[in-house]
Amino acid sequence: MAYPVLQVENLTMHYTTRKGAVKAVEDVSFSLEKGEALGLVGESGCGKTSVALTLLRLLPENAQFLGGHVYFFRDGSDEAHARRAVGKPVKVLLDGQEHQGRLVGVDRSQLVLDARLNGRTQQIKLARDGIARIGVDLTALSDEEMRPIRWKGISMIFQAAMNSLNPVYKVGDQIIEAIQTHMPMPIPEARERVAQLFQLVGLDRQLMDRYPHEYSGGMKQRAVIAMALACDPDIIIADEPTTALDVIVQDKILREMRQIQKKLNMSMIYISHDIAVIAEVADKVGVMYAGGLVEFGPAEAIFKNPIHPYTKALMSAFPSIKGEKVKLAALPGEPPDLIKPPSGCRFHPRCPYATEICEREVPKFIEHKPKQHAACWNPLT
Amino acid sequence: MALQTQTKTETLVRVENLRMLYPVSTGIFARARSFIHAVDDVSFDIKRGEIFGLIGESGCGKTTTGKLLVRLITPTSGHIYLRVTQDPSTDSQGEQFVDIATLEGRALKEFRRNVQMIFQDPYESLNPRMTIFDIVSEPLSIHGIGSVYEREERVAELLSLVGLTPPESFLFRYPHELSGGQRQRVAIARAMILNPSFIVADEPTSMLDVSIRTGVMNLMLDLREEFGISYLYITHDLAVARYMCDRIAVMYLGKIVELGPTEEVIQNPLHPYTRALISAVPIPDPTVERQPIEIKGGVSKPIDPPPRCRFYERCPIATERCAQSDHPPLEDKGHGHFAACYEI
Repeated sequence: MAYPVLQVENLTMHYTTRKGAVKAVEDVSFSLEKGEALGLVGESGCGKTSVALTLLRLLPENAQFLGGHVYFFRDGSDEAHARRAVGKPVKVLLDGQEHQGRLVGVDRSQLVLDARLNGRTQQIKLARDGIARIGVDLTALSDEEMRPIRWKGISMIFQAAMNSLNPVYKVGDQIIEAIQTHMPMPIPEARERVAQLFQLVGLDRQLMDRYPHEYSGGMKQRAVIAMALACDPDIIIADEPTTALDVIVQDKILREMRQIQKKLNMSMIYISHDIAVIAEVADKVGVMYAGGLVEFGPAEAIFKNPIHPYTKALMSAFPSIKGEKVKLAALPGEPPDLIKPPSGCRFHPRCPYATEICEREVPKFIEHKPKQHAACWNPLT
Repeated sequence: MALQTQTKTETLVRVENLRMLYPVSTGIFARARSFIHAVDDVSFDIKRGEIFGLIGESGCGKTTTGKLLVRLITPTSGHIYLRVTQDPSTDSQGEQFVDIATLEGRALKEFRRNVQMIFQDPYESLNPRMTIFDIVSEPLSIHGIGSVYEREERVAELLSLVGLTPPESFLFRYPHELSGGQRQRVAIARAMILNPSFIVADEPTSMLDVSIRTGVMNLMLDLREEFGISYLYITHDLAVARYMCDRIAVMYLGKIVELGPTEEVIQNPLHPYTRALISAVPIPDPTVERQPIEIKGGVSKPIDPPPRCRFYERCPIATERCAQSDHPPLEDKGHGHFAACYEI
C-alpha cells in the first residue's frame, strides 16, 4: 500500500523586491509517496529551490507566503506527531478514506476532528486503531513547532552544501553536533552513529577526525549527505547535490544516494536542472517553468510521452551520448521576468502550440493521462 | 562543394609536444623545486573547418591548452604551428605555417587577428562599463581597422549574424541589460569580428540554461558551416562534445589519453579512463540501464608525476609493465583512433 508522506497543495510564494513582487512560486501542487524519489526539474530561476524553501519554511525575510498547504504525514501511531497536530489543519487516512479538518483533540483511543461536511462544520471522532497516517499542515506551524520537523522529518542538502562545512571543526564533530541538537544522546553513541553513517555513504570512519580541507570535493559531498541522513529523516530534499562535481564522482554519488534511499525506504525530492540526472534517479518527475509546475507524473511517461510543450522542448534540447545524433531544436526566446510574467499560461510567448486562450487564461493543472498531470490548454498526445 | 572537401583535410593548427609547467611556490625567496605538469607533451592537429573537442574533468589541463593556443600564456616548451597568410595581398598560395609558441610583440599582436577566444562565463568576460558596440568593436580599434562609421556597420552586421536582432536595439546597451544567452552571443560576435580562422571556445555553454544553450550551440555550428572557422571546443560534457565536435581528444592529468573521431571514441572507447568516463555519463532516458565501470580514487594534481602512465594508480587493467615503463605514447589503433595505453 502506497502512503503519501507529503502533499503540497496550491503553494504560492512571492519575493518582495524594489522593482515589484517576484512571482516565484505560483499555485504548485504535487504529492510524494513513501519510498519514492521525485525529480523536480527546470531551468535556473524557475522556482524549484523556492518550492523546497517554502515547504521547509526556510524563506528569507523578503518572501511572502501567499497561500497553500503542505501536509506532512507520519504514521498514525506516532504520538508526538499526533500531539503536534492538535489545533492544526490535518488530513487523516483511515481505512483507505481521507478525512480533512482541524484536529481539536487526541487521546489514546480516538482523534476528534472539526471537519466540514456538506457545507457545515461538524465534529467527527475517528478511532485511533484504524488510522494509517496523520498529515499535519506545516504552513500552520509556528517556528518553534517547525524545528523538530526539520532534520528529523524533512532534511535538506543545499546547493553547494559541501562548501558549508565549518573549516575549523572536524567533520565528524559537526555531524555529532547536528545529531545532539535534534536527538539528544550520549557522545559515544552519537559517534557510533556517525561512523555508521560514514560507512553508509562510503567514507572511511577514520575521516571523522579530519578537517574539511583534508577532504576532496566528492568526500565533502558525501559528508554532507551523511549529515542530512543523521537524524533519520522521512524525506530528504537534495538541491543539485552533484552539480559542482566531475562526471565520475557525480555518477558514484548519485548511485549511492539512490541505493541508500531504496535501502532505507526513504522519500526524496531531487532538484536538478539536468534532465539526464533526473532520468537516472527519479520515479516521478515534476517539470517547473517560470514559477509553476507545468507537468507532473511517472518518469517514464514524462520522458516518453510528455504532455506539456515545455517538457517536450526541454527533452529535445538535451544532447545525449546514446541514440541517434539529431539536430537539437532550440526554443525561441528566453524565460520570462517573474515580476511581470506573461498573462495566461506563462509559457505561451515561447510555445509553438499556443492559441488565443493560452494568452487569456491560466490553464488548470489537471490529469490528462493516468497519473500524468499538466497545465496546458493544448496538451500533446 | 569543392571548398567543403578541401576544408576538412587541410591542417590549420598543428600542436607539437606542447608542455606547460607551473612552479609550485614554496615561499617568496625559495626557488620552486616542484612543478605542476598542467599540459605535458601534448600533440594534435586541427583541420580547417573542423571542431576539435578537448574533453576531461576539472584540472586535466584542457583550459590551459586552450590558453596556450591563443597565447594568453607562453608554453614552457613545444610548438604551435598556425597556417596564416603572411601578406594580406597574396592569395592562398602565400600561406605558410608559423610557430606561434614563442611570438612576442608586434608579431603576437598580428597573430591575434587570426585567433580568438570565447570564455565560459559571459557574466565575467564582458566589461560592464562598456556598451555592446564598444565591446564588439574593440578588436577593430585595437588593430586600427575601419572608420567609426564602418565599425558601426560591421558591428551591426555581426550582431544580426549572432541573432541579436534588430542590432540597433542592442548597440548602445550595457551587458547587465542582457541575459546570459544574449551575452554569450555578444562574446561570439566579438570573437568573429576580425574574421578569425580559429576560435578557442572554453565551455561556452556550460553556464547557460538548457533552452538557451541549444541556440548558442547551433549558432556556433552555423558559423562553422558559413565561414569554415575551426574551433577548439573545450568541455567536460560528453553529450555536448558529441553534438558539437568532429573529433575529440580526452585529457587526463595533462596528457591526451585518447583521440579520434567523436562518434568512434564515444561509442567504442579504448582507453580505460575514457571507458570509465563515458560509462559515468547519465542518459536522459529512464528506461536505459547503464553499466558503470568502477575506477578507484579521484583525480589528483600532477605535481612532479612519476614518469609512468598518469592513470596507473586508478587503472583497473594496469600491469607491471605500466609501472616500469614511461607514460605510453599515443598510438593509432586504426581509423585515426589513437590511444595511449600499453594494455589495449
